[in-house]
Amino acid sequence: MKIVVCVKQVPDTSEVRIDQKTGTMIREGVKSIINPDDLSGLEAALSIKDQNHAEVIALSMGPMQADSAMRECLAMGVDRAILVSDRVFAGADTWATSLLLSKAIAQINPDLIICGRQAIDGDTAQVGPQIAEHLSLPSVAYVGDITLENENNLVVKRTFENGYQLIRVKTPCLLTVLSEMNSPRYMRVGGIFSAFNDGLVEVWDNSNLNLQPEELGLKGSPTKVKKSYTKGVKTAGKVFDVEPKEAAKVIIEKLKESYIL
Amino acid sequence: MEFGFKKEHYLLRQMLQDFTEKEVAPLAAEIDELERFPIETVEKMKNVGILGIPFPKEYGGEGGDYLGYILAVEEISKACATTGVVLSGHTSLCCQPIYEFGTEEQKQKYLVPLAKGEKLGAFALTEPNAGTDASKQETIAIEDGDDYILNGSKIFITNAGYADVYIVMAMTDKSQGTRGITAFIVEGDTPGFSVGPKEKKMGIRGSSTCELIFEDVRVPKANILGKIGYGFKIAMKTLDGGRIGIAAQACGIAEGALNETVKYVKERKQFGRPLAAFQNTQFELATMATKVDAARMLLYRAAYKKDNKEPFSSEAAMAKLYASEVAMEVTNKAVQLHGGYGYSREYPVERMMRDAKITEIYEGTSEVQKMVISATLLK
Repeated sequence: MKIVVCVKQVPDTSEVRIDQKTGTMIREGVKSIINPDDLSGLEAALSIKDQNHAEVIALSMGPMQADSAMRECLAMGVDRAILVSDRVFAGADTWATSLLLSKAIAQINPDLIICGRQAIDGDTAQVGPQIAEHLSLPSVAYVGDITLENENNLVVKRTFENGYQLIRVKTPCLLTVLSEMNSPRYMRVGGIFSAFNDGLVEVWDNSNLNLQPEELGLKGSPTKVKKSYTKGVKTAGKVFDVEPKEAAKVIIEKLKESYIL
Repeated sequence: MEFGFKKEHYLLRQMLQDFTEKEVAPLAAEIDELERFPIETVEKMKNVGILGIPFPKEYGGEGGDYLGYILAVEEISKACATTGVVLSGHTSLCCQPIYEFGTEEQKQKYLVPLAKGEKLGAFALTEPNAGTDASKQETIAIEDGDDYILNGSKIFITNAGYADVYIVMAMTDKSQGTRGITAFIVEGDTPGFSVGPKEKKMGIRGSSTCELIFEDVRVPKANILGKIGYGFKIAMKTLDGGRIGIAAQACGIAEGALNETVKYVKERKQFGRPLAAFQNTQFELATMATKVDAARMLLYRAAYKKDNKEPFSSEAAMAKLYASEVAMEVTNKAVQLHGGYGYSREYPVERMMRDAKITEIYEGTSEVQKMVISATLLK
């Protein structure tokens, strides 16, 4: 079984501050991490590999800086790491990104594609399902569990706020997974050393993918961002240091005051 | 001066910080309080390869280097000095001498499972009457056919009882003085070998420190490490490397205490201001941070020299001497800046101060380090 896991290097948004004037993220000095949902995707693929014969390939589109994220994937135990990187890709929205990744995936021809549900920097949750559309593959989003039924079928758990569905899906297919589904393994010490000493991050540029100029970067991106801003804090909170019974009363009173109750 | 981290060291440190935060830190207070050996953490360290960092893959190791191992002891000791010494005793005092002085057969039989973490290692030199003066060994080994028979006892042995493999120094020819000492690889389940009760210690209370008793313990000649009469040399060389490990533990303790203090002084308010707003606090923190960094530079330089096969004995002694004194000083200041809470077991700096003291004593006291450093100057 050949599994591709799509991985994105993102700024650690728990440390990100927003430039109040421009409304954009201040990325300087912020640590880059592998997107948490994608890490769970890697774990899901690697645990399939632990149990069965499988080849796991990490695939990312990003600047050359994402090389470090690809080394992390190698240290966790993936067999190949492919970074799709070219200056002409810059400025891509989810459409252009998913088109490009689908072209790369078509060349790998996997049985299963796993994407994280969404990236913590953009939060769109679009790239995974769009890849499936470009490739005309079945896809299941919000997956919380994957069971291999046999070589051609998976049973996956699609989770909702109030329940879940068990879906049987034929391979090849694409799944988007939730970070809650597992605890990603640690990189192994030996994996870290060999990721730098013997490991190879394959870098593909547009000569490997042959996309047309109008399909690339800003030109190939129909999304136009009009304005981005952070929700301001309206008032300082107030603390009522009271017993639980009294606290319930205070809450009800306040909700009534605001006409919520 | 040329030493620095490679990209893999940064990534390794990132993984170690993650591991320490999730697997080591949550247990630190409990294993100290209950004086409990962190056996489950040993298993977790094994699973990610922490127990065999500097050894080649063909010997069961991770194909890393000494600096990588040092980073592991440092990061883990930031949260738990007990776990730090379990790792250090295993790696630099047991695996390392087998790797450096062992025969191919000994490496296959002992180093492979040790580096894989399937077995834990220990080192036994100190005796009731042979501490800093390690040449006065009273444990004797007498030749008998294909074996040697060991009798005597060792004290203050780290990982005792939990280790499967022990490097044991014993006198094979008293007339030869230090040249009459031989190193043996002794398996923990050899008949006649037993472990005494656990030492009640001031710090690193989770680590197992016990007496080892040898009563007619039969060890095959195939288990002689190096050659007959080379034991003292092997012990001294091993301790040279071990000291870098203890320097790393000391740096980790000091950094851990500094981090806790930075957190505390931002939260704690007195006279209407956080402690961090007082210049006294700021100056104390600045001095602590500078000393910690200076200690780390000495530490990394010593590890770099060892990795590059340059002489490092004096550098290792300097790193251990300075880092252990910094650990004591910084943890003391950390407790002071915490005030009454610092003296309470509710806050980790109390434990860190108790843990720091041992780094000035074991694997050569501060005074021994000064002997090593001055011997290099005066030779």
